[in-house]
Amino acid sequence: MAAENYPDDLSYHPEHDWARVDGESATLGITWYAQDALGELVHYEPPTEGTRIEKDKTYGEVESVKAVSDVIAPLSGQIVEVNQKVVDAPETVNEDPYGEGWLIRIELTDRAEVDELLDADAYRQLVAEQ
Amino acid sequence: MQTLQQTPLHDRHVALGARMVPFAGWEMPVQYEGVIPEHLAVRRDCGVFDVSHMGELEVEGPRAREFLQGLLSNDLGRIEPGKAQYTLLTNERGGIVDDLIVYELDAFRFLLIVNASNRELDYLWLKEREVRGSDVRDVSDEYALLAVQGPRTSERLGLEPAPPFTFAEGKLGGVECMVARTGYTGEEGVELLVMAEDAPALWDEVLRRRATPCGLGARDTLRLEVCYPLHGNDITPDTDAISAGLGWVCALEKDFTGAEELRDVKEQGPAERLSAFVMQDRAVPRQGMPIREGGAVTSGTHSPLLERGIGLGYVPSELAQPGSEITIDVRGKERKAEIVEKPIYNRSGA
Repeated sequence: MAAENYPDDLSYHPEHDWARVDGESATLGITWYAQDALGELVHYEPPTEGTRIEKDKTYGEVESVKAVSDVIAPLSGQIVEVNQKVVDAPETVNEDPYGEGWLIRIELTDRAEVDELLDADAYRQLVAEQ
Repeated sequence: MQTLQQTPLHDRHVALGARMVPFAGWEMPVQYEGVIPEHLAVRRDCGVFDVSHMGELEVEGPRAREFLQGLLSNDLGRIEPGKAQYTLLTNERGGIVDDLIVYELDAFRFLLIVNASNRELDYLWLKEREVRGSDVRDVSDEYALLAVQGPRTSERLGLEPAPPFTFAEGKLGGVECMVARTGYTGEEGVELLVMAEDAPALWDEVLRRRATPCGLGARDTLRLEVCYPLHGNDITPDTDAISAGLGWVCALEKDFTGAEELRDVKEQGPAERLSAFVMQDRAVPRQGMPIREGGAVTSGTHSPLLERGIGLGYVPSELAQPGSEITIDVRGKERKAEIVEKPIYNRSGA
């Protein structure tokens, strides 16, 4: 299990999702806080590559022994890749939520949406208040 | 809001960093390190659970045995002082008011360890039917209960081997307790009934002997792998013992509440049977999910040993045999599962 951390170079959605934006594309995942609240992940129900996701809407499910949770899209876009490693070994998310444990990569449809997300300081503040 | 009750070990759990959750009116540890490592500790080594939320009822008097024979499904004639028995409290329809373990303390005194959520209901059920010469008392608050489970239990606690469903007085780290060879995990193990005030000292001693603290999360995955039903999920006042596969704890040749109805179900054959299944597709089944062929999931989880979804559910009798394929509606998605022999997991040599 990784130690609690919220990298400075990521953008955060208040539903505990992160985005690593690189030009017109982004990698998405769930935060340390989200995986800790769920416990060891045992299932990842991924979306289909090529489909579109919409900011603030559900695009997948992650599941621990005890609970299932929707994954919320921090940004809108078209899915270019699903992380098969997490499908095969969902605990990868617990071990490395911001690295190997990413969930999908998308091509952004509206780059301006990035400005609506929280920076690491604002997200840390939000987590501290939970 | 109703205040949650706390067991005598509450402070111990908090100090260990347990995640505390409400369960049946109690604030209980659901996990310490994590459900999966705790589950594996019990299957491979030794784990300890605080199950002090469970209820203890004592039935005493010269007619206690006769009184309980008329209310419990199993035959008390098969046990004697020092022995315990898994049994059901049944209603007039043959439905299951509760499942419990009865301990024969002596010829005139029986201890019933019942589900936390049914403690008051069971007490009232017995009290309302009480006969002269048999006195029922709820002694739950006087006791705490620790379940120490796993293949290394006897070694760690320094216990001599004893047959399942027997019990004796014992002493551990200077603390007197009742040592019962019972449990809810499918492993070798004991349940230690101890005076509430002595519970922290006993807990500390068990941890000192390197038992892994385990929460209710692992308790659920462990019992589901061995297909022990959970009252409120898999068995209820509306499900009968025969359909639930609990005919083996119903002495249908004797008279007890609902026996006639259960004889009828047995003779006609139940329409649905509580069956165990393993997911073929990747998905975790959950309570309440519909089974396309009929019936529903009553308990579901991820099996840490099989690394697959597993569950129990009532399916039409013609499908209730190993090898049948069923389809579970997992939040709108069809996911295949296969009916398997119970238990799903069987410990080697058991």
